[in-house]
Amino acid sequence: MNKSNTRIGILTIIAAFMLAMMPLPEWAQAFRPDWVTLVLIYWTMALPGSIGVTIAWCAGLMLDITHGALLGQHALGLVLVIYIIHSQHQRLRVASLLQQAIVIFFLILVKQALVLWVSGIMGHAPDTWLYFMPSLSSALFWPWVYIILRDLRRKFSYKTSY
Amino acid sequence: MQPLFLQGPSVTLRTLALVIASIGLMTLDHRWGQMEVVRNTLSYALYPLQVTIDLPIRLYHWTDETISSHQTLLDEKRRLEDLNLENRVRLQKLDILEKENVRLRELLSATAKTGEVVLIAEIINVDVDPYRQLTIINKGTNDKVYISQPLIDAQGVMGQIIHTNSNSATAMLITDASHALPVQVDRTGLRAVAFGTGKIDQLDLRHIPHNADIRKGDTLITSGLGGRFPANYPVAIITHIERSPDEAFVTVRAEPLALLDRSREVLLVWHNQPLTIPASDE
Repeated sequence: MNKSNTRIGILTIIAAFMLAMMPLPEWAQAFRPDWVTLVLIYWTMALPGSIGVTIAWCAGLMLDITHGALLGQHALGLVLVIYIIHSQHQRLRVASLLQQAIVIFFLILVKQALVLWVSGIMGHAPDTWLYFMPSLSSALFWPWVYIILRDLRRKFSYKTSY
Repeated sequence: MQPLFLQGPSVTLRTLALVIASIGLMTLDHRWGQMEVVRNTLSYALYPLQVTIDLPIRLYHWTDETISSHQTLLDEKRRLEDLNLENRVRLQKLDILEKENVRLRELLSATAKTGEVVLIAEIINVDVDPYRQLTIINKGTNDKVYISQPLIDAQGVMGQIIHTNSNSATAMLITDASHALPVQVDRTGLRAVAFGTGKIDQLDLRHIPHNADIRKGDTLITSGLGGRFPANYPVAIITHIERSPDEAFVTVRAEPLALLDRSREVLLVWHNQPLTIPASDE
């Protein structure tokens, strides 16, 4: 069961990458949720045995490519976020969606701060508070991501395990 | 009894290793820039995704062309014919000037002026980073695109290539916060460096002294210094000048001429090519 779940996990991560690169109108770009991190957080909570820091690191490297950033910039933040989720997954699973969303808000904020720190060292840090918008929008989108992915996982594992 | 935390320490160790690996990669990438191979390999995996995202937009343009009416196409054709005629007349003069220039240079035994070769590329419509000015094009090393190659459109200079793949490349636009472009003022020949600001419609000229002859509305062209960009391509128009006595330099802002966020077709330039004057066919 775990194997087929991992496969759908990887597929949804790829879908998250497509959402992350989808062209949006200029005004909406700053509000784009951090789809890849959200999907990775879900799967780490659901399947901590098979999706964890290593896959997060690989996804982070891919994010660096899509952002044209330094290799390792997003990977670093993502690994730390997923590590925290991984170590707390049992507590997070029983928390309400609202509590989860609050935790995710702060985690993505930390991730963005790490990315910003490296950008700052490189000399091209954005000079607007809008930069931190994605952590808010990610937290707002979390309940939907959670429900959609949970339904997907259940549907998929029923099909294959019986 | 089953231990409660089966993989506790191993995950922590792995995280530690990955964090160190990330920092190592960043250092390598920044200090020595040797990560181009890794970058290429990873971007192969992303290429199909980027093409898929671009597909609906491509489809839209294609449908738009296919179902546009006969009359629209005729109008478009007529307009382009007129434009072509106009350009041809201008080119005739330019050809003569170019030949004269070569002759004069030969007389002076100066170094031969070099020519340029261009190739049309299309922009792949994917969002990169809202705070970086990067764009992805559909030509890569298969078409001999190289890193630091200049990119222009019909209006002016757009940017330069920073990563190449076999069939796509990433370009940094001149407005990116880490881009600087050597320019000169068309009217006076005053040289300056145009820095990107991270805003799509603004370039900053720094270190311009108070007594410099520079005005609002002046056109900036590439100076060719630095060797990356060919000389004499239009870059920007000066939109704002502020001379305040308590600042050491004048604040000068310019707006890029190239349609940085609207062009779909762009031109890759190979400069320093041997100059060949096309024989006129008429």
